[in-house]
Formats: sequence, C-alpha cells, structure tokens
Amino acid sequence: MNLHEYQSKELFSHYNIPIPVGFLATTIEQVKNYVDKLNNNAVIKAQIHSGGRGKAGGVKLVSSIDESESFTKSILGKFLITPQTGSKGIKVNKLLVEEATSIDREIYFSIVIDNNDYAPMIICSTEGGMDIEEVSRTMPEKIIKTVCSPILGVSNYKIRKICEELNIPKSLIPNFTEIVNSLYKLFIEKDCILVEINPLVITKEQKVIALDAKINIDDDALFRQKSLKDIEDKSQLEKLEIEANRNDLSYVKLEGGRVGCMVNGAGLAMATMDITKWAGAQPANFLDIGGSATVEKIESAFKIIVSDKDVEVILVNLFAGIARSDVVANGIINAAKETESKIPLVISMRGTNSEEGLKLLNNSNLDITTATDLENAANILKQKLSQGDI
Amino acid sequence: MSILVDKNTKLLIQGVGRDGSFQALRMMEYGTNIVSAVHPGREGSKFENKIPYFSSVSKAINETGANTGIIFVPAPFAKDAIIEQIDSNLELVVCITEGVPIHDMIEIKNYLQTKTTRLLGPNCPGIITPKSKTKVGIIPGNIVSPGNIGVVSRSGTLTYEAISQLAQYGYGQSTCIGIGGDPINGTSFVDALKLFQEDEETEAVVLIGEIGGNKEQEAATFIQNYMSKPVIANIAGQTAPEGKRMGHAGAIVTGESGLASAKNISLKNAGAHVVESSAYIGKKVKEVLS
Repeated sequence: MNLHEYQSKELFSHYNIPIPVGFLATTIEQVKNYVDKLNNNAVIKAQIHSGGRGKAGGVKLVSSIDESESFTKSILGKFLITPQTGSKGIKVNKLLVEEATSIDREIYFSIVIDNNDYAPMIICSTEGGMDIEEVSRTMPEKIIKTVCSPILGVSNYKIRKICEELNIPKSLIPNFTEIVNSLYKLFIEKDCILVEINPLVITKEQKVIALDAKINIDDDALFRQKSLKDIEDKSQLEKLEIEANRNDLSYVKLEGGRVGCMVNGAGLAMATMDITKWAGAQPANFLDIGGSATVEKIESAFKIIVSDKDVEVILVNLFAGIARSDVVANGIINAAKETESKIPLVISMRGTNSEEGLKLLNNSNLDITTATDLENAANILKQKLSQGDI
Repeated sequence: MSILVDKNTKLLIQGVGRDGSFQALRMMEYGTNIVSAVHPGREGSKFENKIPYFSSVSKAINETGANTGIIFVPAPFAKDAIIEQIDSNLELVVCITEGVPIHDMIEIKNYLQTKTTRLLGPNCPGIITPKSKTKVGIIPGNIVSPGNIGVVSRSGTLTYEAISQLAQYGYGQSTCIGIGGDPINGTSFVDALKLFQEDEETEAVVLIGEIGGNKEQEAATFIQNYMSKPVIANIAGQTAPEGKRMGHAGAIVTGESGLASAKNISLKNAGAHVVESSAYIGKKVKEVLS
C-alpha cells in the first residue's frame, strides 16, 4: 500500500524527522491562502501515487498568488500523466503547498528490504534529486548500500561510514545520525517495504530536511497497521481494481490488451497472459480468483472482466485443486446471463470436478470454445484472431 | 529415494480450521502418515476420531514422534507457529499460510540460521513424493505419478500445469516441491536443486520461476557450477508490467534482474534448457531426455 507524500511526511513528523512547513489543499482558495501565508514563496506539489511528478509538470515553484491560481487551475481535478501512471494518468485531488527551500545539497536516502540478506538495507547517494534507477545505471559507484541487522538495527559505525561517504559536514553529523535512526525505527514499526527520501537536502542555512517522502507499507501487515489502512486513498487505484479489491480478487488492469483472463493461481495467471501474447494478442488483465472461490466471487470476477471495454474475448484457465470447476462454471454462467455478455469465451478446465464444469458450460447457450489444455487454448485463440473473429 | 518427505515422514498438523482440516483429509486419503494435530483447546479429543490433538507442538512430538510439521494457521499467527515448530527441532516445517508479513519472515529467516530445521514456504503448495504416497501440502494427489523428474516451483497451479504436461509425455515425478511465492522464504531454488542433484531417483529437474527478485539467477549460478543433471526451466510473467504486483508478494518487477527475460538469459547461459512458453514444458523435457 502506497502512502501519499503528505501522509508520509505526517509520519515523518511523528518521528521527529524534519520536513518543510506545508499545508494540504483541495481547493483553489485554500492554495491561494496557503501561498499567501508562506509569503508568496511556495512549492505546489500534486499528490498522486506515482514517481516522476516533477518532470510531468506536477510540481511548481510559485512566487505570487496569481501564479499559484493558474497552476492550481491547470492541475487540480485533472489527470496527471507520468512515465509510471500509464497513458490515462491519475487524478489529482490534493495539492501539498510547502515553503520553498533554499537548497545547498541534495542527497538520495532510502531503506528497503534486502531479500538476499534477509535484512533492511539503507541505500544512499550524493546524487539526490535524480531518478535513482538512472544513477545506478550510469554511475553505479555513486550508490552506497548498507545492510542493517534485524537484531542490532543500524549500528553507529555504519552511520558514521555513511556520513563519510556522503560527505556530511561535521556539524551536521549528530543531526543526520538522529534522522537515520528515526527513519529506521519508522521502517520497522510501520511494516514498511520502502521508505524513500529523494531528495534529503542540506539547506543553505545548514539544516537537514526531507524535501520529498515516499512510503510503501507491506499489504500483508495491514492487519496490524490499522491506522495506516484507514488512510489509504482508494481514488488512486483503477476503478476495476477497487472493485476487485472489495471482492478479495487479485486483479491488475493491463493497458492495450483485448483478451480478458480469468485464472486460478498467480503463476498460472501469468503463464496464461504469456500464452495470450504468444497467440498474437495482448492480455487485458491479470486476474487470480484464488484457491477456494465461491460462485459469488466468480460472478464478480466475470463482471469485472466484461466491464472492461477493451475486452473482446475471455480466456478462462482453471486448474482446480482446492477450487471446484462446477462452482466456477456456475459463476460464469450466472454472470454472463446477468450482464447479457456476448463476449466469446475460450475455456480450459481441468482438475477437481472438471467434467461437471465443462458439461454445465456446454449446456449453457453461451459462446464457448473449450480447450483441452494451455497449448490448445493458445491455438484456439490464434485461430480466432486469424479468422478475424476477435 | 526422494527428497525431504518419504515413507518415514510422521506429520504433525498445526491449525486445523476449515482449510487445515479439509487438507488434512486429502493428505490422509493420499497416504500421508499424520500422527498428531496441534490446536488450542482441543487436547484430549481426536481429529476424525483418529489423530490425537495436543495443545503444544513439543507435547505432540513427545507423544507421537512427529518429525515433520505443516502449518495452516492464519497469517497473523503464522510467525509464532513457525517459531514453535523450529524450537521443537522438527526436521522439516512446511508453512502453507499465505500473507505472512515480510518483517516476520526477516525475523524467522535470521532465527533459522542458528537452527537445524528446514522451512518450506510460506505461501506455498508444499511437497509431494508419489512413490511413497507422501504428501505434505495441497498439491492434488491425483495428478502426480512416480517417476524420475524433480519439480521445483514458486507457483502452485502452474506446478500442476507442468505436472500434467509431464504426464502427457509419460513422465512421473520423484518429488514435487513448491517453494512459495513470497520474496523471503525458507527453502530456495538453490536448496531444492542441491537436494535433487544428490537424489539418486531424480534424473532431471523442471524449474518453474516467475518475475521478481533474483532467486532464478542464483539458481543459474548453482546450475552452472554444480548440476550435472539437466534442468528444464520456465519463467512466468513475460507480459507483466513493471512495478505491479502479480498476485504473489514476490512477483513484482522492480529492477532489471526481476524481468523474465533477464532470468531466461541467466538460465540459458548457465546451461539450463529454457522453455519460453509454459505450454511446452512437457515437450521440452521429452526433447532433452531423448
């Protein structure tokens, strides 16, 4: 689960990590009011779940009320497109208005989970303010990685080393050390997968401030992070993804695809997407119906797929272990009738109760082609494509 | 021979709720020797009038001699169950539970370093050895058959797909092992490959990976340096977009190494037989072995 910048900064301030003075605005009037409060020297930042906001025009330094008004008009309520959002972009509902900071130096600082050492890892660089992937490609020697200990945390000598490599002025070392320790504490206590500050700046007044903030919380830990779960901004998700979330389905919309996929199991779902591409078409979605799916769950999965306007054919691939094929078949038939869907289906059904499932489907008057296995399903899809059926 | 589970497996089951009891029955039907069950508040009674309940793992082991444990308890309590089983020195602990927080897995993984127990999972379908009719997990018993192919996979149902393709070409399995879809887990590809390499009954290994992380690359290094048996590899998720989680917590591309293409290249360079399409795993095994 992603937090917005302003939410991440609120957490920072609970942990005494310095942030710029700032206000959250949802209307033009509020923006103007805050810019005035900040003596007409402010930065306005679009709050969306995506990186690359600056380059995409979602961040603006303003020095007058008029300037802030025209910028806000151009962005608030509009869709901002960044390299990470896809072509539709994400709607900007909130703006963060902050005091402008006089920057002396920009540092990159993050904590992630190192899956190879089974420990939190600090990544930092003197090249702050840039895309860190780009830095690691072009100047890998500028990336400093420090593996922490799940038992000892981040030892002081490691922080001293980081300070040395980042060339932190001596007078700021105590300050910087405190920030690192606080961030580490936050990372552990809030079940974070990522805490990133890019840039962490040293101001001309020689203060260390987190100018940006990005936090990603482990979805699997939300049961014990209720206060964070409550502040999730669902408006940032795809409409169909919200619907899938509500029904406990794992769904990801894929751009430009026209083959809707319904599969049990994440690995098989990915393999089914791959097969679709091999057959010459693009998958419209990833969808895992999970292990013990009920008729209702299948119905909602089917409805989500058919409400995607890009979908021209649906590929169902079921290898039932815990799941039951007859249940899945009934779910599909019910939902197809209810939605009056005319979208053709290619269905491969194997495993528990698959004979019953296939019988139900074949007796159902729906436009169904049954496939014996994955290879056969791909061939049927290919044939349909070449015949121009879809 | 086989790996990790065989006729000597004496299984303890922890977490006998809806899923746990359903799967316990399937395991018993298949032939697994379940000797005890751990569930709070049920000590003194028996599961299916047959398997004695105990209030703790250590008691269950003392009374019944269990050497392997399986965990179905819900994710919020999974860490405690895993630690309890590790502390009781079971040889193998299989955790089926999905959704264990990654910070819990960091603690478990570090704790394991000082212990002798092997953990499989979490978020995995478990392990099955067809020859001895031993199943510790949820892989359907009716799709496997005894044979000489070792199967190791990060996925559940895609493993079933691979097994059914093997059957189509007449190949049975020595052992099938699902290591799970989480980014940090107990047993890695390398661990499984090592066991299959040493196992006399395993002739070749099917490795099924997916996008995210770099465990397939580690497997490639091991294959290059230590595997004399052929490895047939398939990576799911070639069409997955970057930065989006494809169901499994570990199936997310966040850097170069997470891409299916990068994994395929590493495996190919290491001498593995890479099959790009998941529909042709069985066919490829046939091609390699004949």
